[in-house]
Parts: sequence; C-alpha cells; structure tokens
Amino acid sequence: MIDISNLIVLPMALPLIIGIIQIFFKNQIKTQRTMSILGVLTTIGIAVFLLERIQTEGIMRLDFGGWEPPFGILFVADSFSVILVLVASVVTLICLIYAFSSVGEKMEKMYFYAFINFLLAGVNGSFLTGDIFNLYVNFEIMLLASYVLVALGGSKKQLRESIKYVVINVLSSWFFLVAVAYLYGQLGTLNMAHLSQLISESGQTPTLTVVSLVFLIVFALKSGLLLYFWLPGSYSAPPIVVAALFGGLLTKVGIYAMFRVFTLIFYHEPGITHTIIGIMAGLTLIAGSIGAIAYKDIRQIVSYNVVIAVGFILVGLAVMTQEGFEGSIFYLMHDMIAKSLLFLLAGTMITVTGKKRIDEISGLIRNYPVFGWIFFIVMLSLAGVPPLSGFIGKVLVGHGTIETGSYVLLALAFISSIFVLYSLLRIFLNSFWGETIISTDEEVPMRKGWMVSFSLFTILMFILGFGVELFIPYVADAANTLMNPQIYIDAVMND
Amino acid sequence: METLITILIGVFVTIGTYLLLSKNVIRIIIGSSILTHAAHLLIITMPGLKTGGVPFITDGGGGEFVDPLPQALILTSIVINFAVTALILVLAFRAYKTLGTDNLAEMRGPKYD
Repeated sequence: MIDISNLIVLPMALPLIIGIIQIFFKNQIKTQRTMSILGVLTTIGIAVFLLERIQTEGIMRLDFGGWEPPFGILFVADSFSVILVLVASVVTLICLIYAFSSVGEKMEKMYFYAFINFLLAGVNGSFLTGDIFNLYVNFEIMLLASYVLVALGGSKKQLRESIKYVVINVLSSWFFLVAVAYLYGQLGTLNMAHLSQLISESGQTPTLTVVSLVFLIVFALKSGLLLYFWLPGSYSAPPIVVAALFGGLLTKVGIYAMFRVFTLIFYHEPGITHTIIGIMAGLTLIAGSIGAIAYKDIRQIVSYNVVIAVGFILVGLAVMTQEGFEGSIFYLMHDMIAKSLLFLLAGTMITVTGKKRIDEISGLIRNYPVFGWIFFIVMLSLAGVPPLSGFIGKVLVGHGTIETGSYVLLALAFISSIFVLYSLLRIFLNSFWGETIISTDEEVPMRKGWMVSFSLFTILMFILGFGVELFIPYVADAANTLMNPQIYIDAVMND
Repeated sequence: METLITILIGVFVTIGTYLLLSKNVIRIIIGSSILTHAAHLLIITMPGLKTGGVPFITDGGGGEFVDPLPQALILTSIVINFAVTALILVLAFRAYKTLGTDNLAEMRGPKYD
C-alpha cells in the first residue's frame, strides 16, 4: 500500500519530469502540447484531491527519504499552500491554451513548453516546501526558468531587460543565502516548523528580528513590495503569455513566502516586523497608483497594476487578523486569475493593432466586441465590484484593517482601488471607444485559442465571485492555520 | 579562525559590491559570483569551523563531529551559482552581439524598445 502523502511531491515532480522529457521531443510540437496539458490537468486533479483530504485529515506532510523532521527535507501541504498550487496550475493551464495559438513555431521548438513546466515546478515547490533552504532552491528553479523565458525570443528589449532582471534576482538570492546563514548560525535548524518552535521557546531575540528583516528584503524584492523598480521593465519585455504567467505567478510566490515566514516563524515582534510590512505596503499602494496613471504604454500600466495588488494583499498580512488573512487569500486567488487575464488582454491589444500606447489605439470595441466587454469585466473585477471575484477579498481585508484600527492602510487600500479603476478605465475609454482605426478588411481575426482562454479566465472570475460560500471553508482553514502556527507545528513535529 | 574567515568574507563582499556597481556587464557578473562565494563562506563559518572530527558515526560511537549540514547547503548553492553564472554569461554575450555594447549606461533609453 503506497502512502497517500506521496502525492504531495507530484505538483512539483510531475512538471519537472514532463519538462525533462519534452527536451527530447524538441521538434514534435503536438506531443509537447499534449504532454503539457495532461501534466497540468493531473496536477490540478491532485491539488483538488489534496485540498479535500486536508479538510478531513488535517495538514499532510511528506518526509523525503524517511528522515523525520527536523532532520530531513520535507514537503508540507496545508490549505494555504494547496489553494495556491491549485490556482497556479489552473492559471498555467489557461495560459498554455493561449500559448498554443500565440507563441509561434520557432519558440515552441526552442523548449518553450519545457521551461513553462520548469517554472510551474519551481512555483509549486515553493508553495509546498516546509524547509527554508529548500524554499531557496525552489525559488532558484523558478527563477532560472524565468530568466530563460524573459530572454527567449532574443529581441533587443528582451535582452536588455533580462540582464537587469537576472542581476537583481541574483542579488536578492544572495540576501536569501545570507539570511539563511544567519538563521542557521542562530538556531541550528532550517525546518520551518522547528524554527518556529525554537523561537517561541527561547523568544525572538533582536538578532533574529534583524534576520527576519533580511528575509523581508529578499521577499520584498521578489514580490515587488516597495522594491518593485525592476518589475515594470521586466514584465513588459517578454512575449505576452510569459508576461501573463509572470504577472500571475512570480510575484505571488514572493507574497506566499512572506506570509509563511511572518506568520509561522517571525510573528513574536509584530510591533517591528509587521509595522514595517504595513508601511511598505502603504507606500507600494501609493507608488503603484501613481505609476498606473502616469504612463500611456499599455504594458506599463498593467505592470503597475501588479504592484498595487502586491501592496493590497500585504495589507492583510500587516494587520494579522483572521479576516485580514482570509481577505488576502481570496484576493491572492482572484489576483492570480485576473492579472493573468489582464496581461493577456493587454498583449492581445498590442498584437492586433501593432501599437502600444493608449492614445494611438481607438475604437477596438467595434472590431472585437466580445474582447472589449471581457476587458470591461476584468476591469470591474479588479476594482472590486460585486459580484465579481475581487469584491470579497477587498471586503475582508477592509474588515481586518478596521478591527485593528489601521485606518491609514484602510484608506490607502481603498483609494488605490479607485486608481486601479481609473487607470484601466482610461485604457477602455481611449482604446475601445471612439473612432475605429482598423478597417474591416485589415482586421486581424481573433484566434479561437485566444478567445477560449479569455472566456475560461472570465468564467473563473465569476465562479470565484458567485461561489464565495463554496470556497469559504477552505480559505477559512488556510487563514486559521496562518493565525495559529501551532497547528502547523503540531502537524510537522508531533506526528 | 572564524575571525579570519569573517574578515575574508568582508573583503569579498566589498569587492563584489564594488564590481556590481560598475557599468560593465562582465564586471557585474564576476561581482555577483564573488558575492555568492562570500555567502558560501558565511554559511560554512556561521556554525563554527572545525569543531570536531568527520561526521561519520562509527562502531565505537562518535564523539565530537562537525555539523555536516552547512557543507550540504553550500554544495547545493555552488551548483546553483554555477548554473546561474553560466546562463548569465551566455545572456551577456548574446546581448553584446545583439545590442552592440556591454556597457549598461549605453543600454539605457528608448532606442532598444
């Protein structure tokens, strides 16, 4: 009888194996596509199964090689991790459908799908690992794949941005290593649950708080919290579908790591760490809002919208309440879906018109009515209009801030929603309304694959919006584990 | 011994930071590599150097032995650093061929958009 907890490794191992096999089928594009789709579908199935099982059986873990914690490396699946694995896999699936009719044969033969799979492996691994050094390794898997994907295609802009992107990430990985070294020197373990246990026994000394701030810098760089200066450039260079995956997944991994580290390990000095996170989140909201309305380049506007969302989600972490966490998790799920769709829509606008400034494009809704209305829906969803998916997250984060009396954060979070609405409405009014610039005979037809992926994303937004009652138990369980780290520790250490 | 290594780490970080702040891509790559080596040394120094024998538990029962984990960590990290450095060197070469410059200051501006 095979132990059921072996399934936990599959969301990471399966994409990795598929990616490696795909390298040997360089020229068989059909085979590669089928393998990718089947692999991601299986991952989604496993994630759903794990999520259901965690509700009844509690947190699951897998000790590699039978080395019991705290000695070995392990994967831990709690609701928070598995929800994110599930949404990340779904987003990858839909982006793959878009990729089939957009990236072109040349890139597909240059191991495009293999690297998408490696990226997914790194992302899922980061969500599932229970060991902080393993988190570093998974980050690197994800980043190496993303380095290649940024540069794949080899245009001048891509090469320039990829150098910046690689250097900034090498630097943040360096900070990660330094933080790990100090942490290991202080406590002599790297297992996250064990770290948490040791810190709650001996107290969070000032040295440990400093170490936690080094971690904060690392994850802030990765997720674009305040240190987002690299983000708009890097996210506007690669092919559309890669940008969509980055916008949907990469910053979210940084956010996940920040949640994990600051709720499980360093939660004893919220006066220092969480206040700093709150300040950084507030500044991110302000700066992101300014960026989103300052540019006329569509991809820049969309990239700054990513920055705003990062600030918003971390408001939920800064307030540290059950409702705040629930709101953040809901918003995280919503944002992964909505941001990927927004990137795909923005990229498609540029593809069909050949222009990338909003004042050069107009009247698109006459050529592509469905496309235009989907843009309108995602805009409402991001602004938080009920019954779409952004609404519940905003409400709950708002509740959290009111409960703790963080009125400044509350104001910033909701004013930023207005900026999101304004920045996207500006695209909508300029580019979709007005005189059409594309005559019917030079109109580029929307490909089926594009519309399929847009529709799937839109349906997901409605499901997440209308089905809140359906998702509440899972999200509440995830938030509960974040609020009470002892649940996580018990599942890992005392089992 | 720890003090000496710590000073060496400091020197490495200084050199790495200096190189990282220059405008030449190759210098930046070497700088990042030296920085990472400093981090490796830091990891191996943090739990204390040479605190005992080799970490094998023999029949006679062990006695004092060094912590093997930092060595496993830096081995992993060295491999990762190797891969990243190889990738960024290729990337830099390709960027030089396509953009015609290896100077970051000349890559600025809208002409490559």
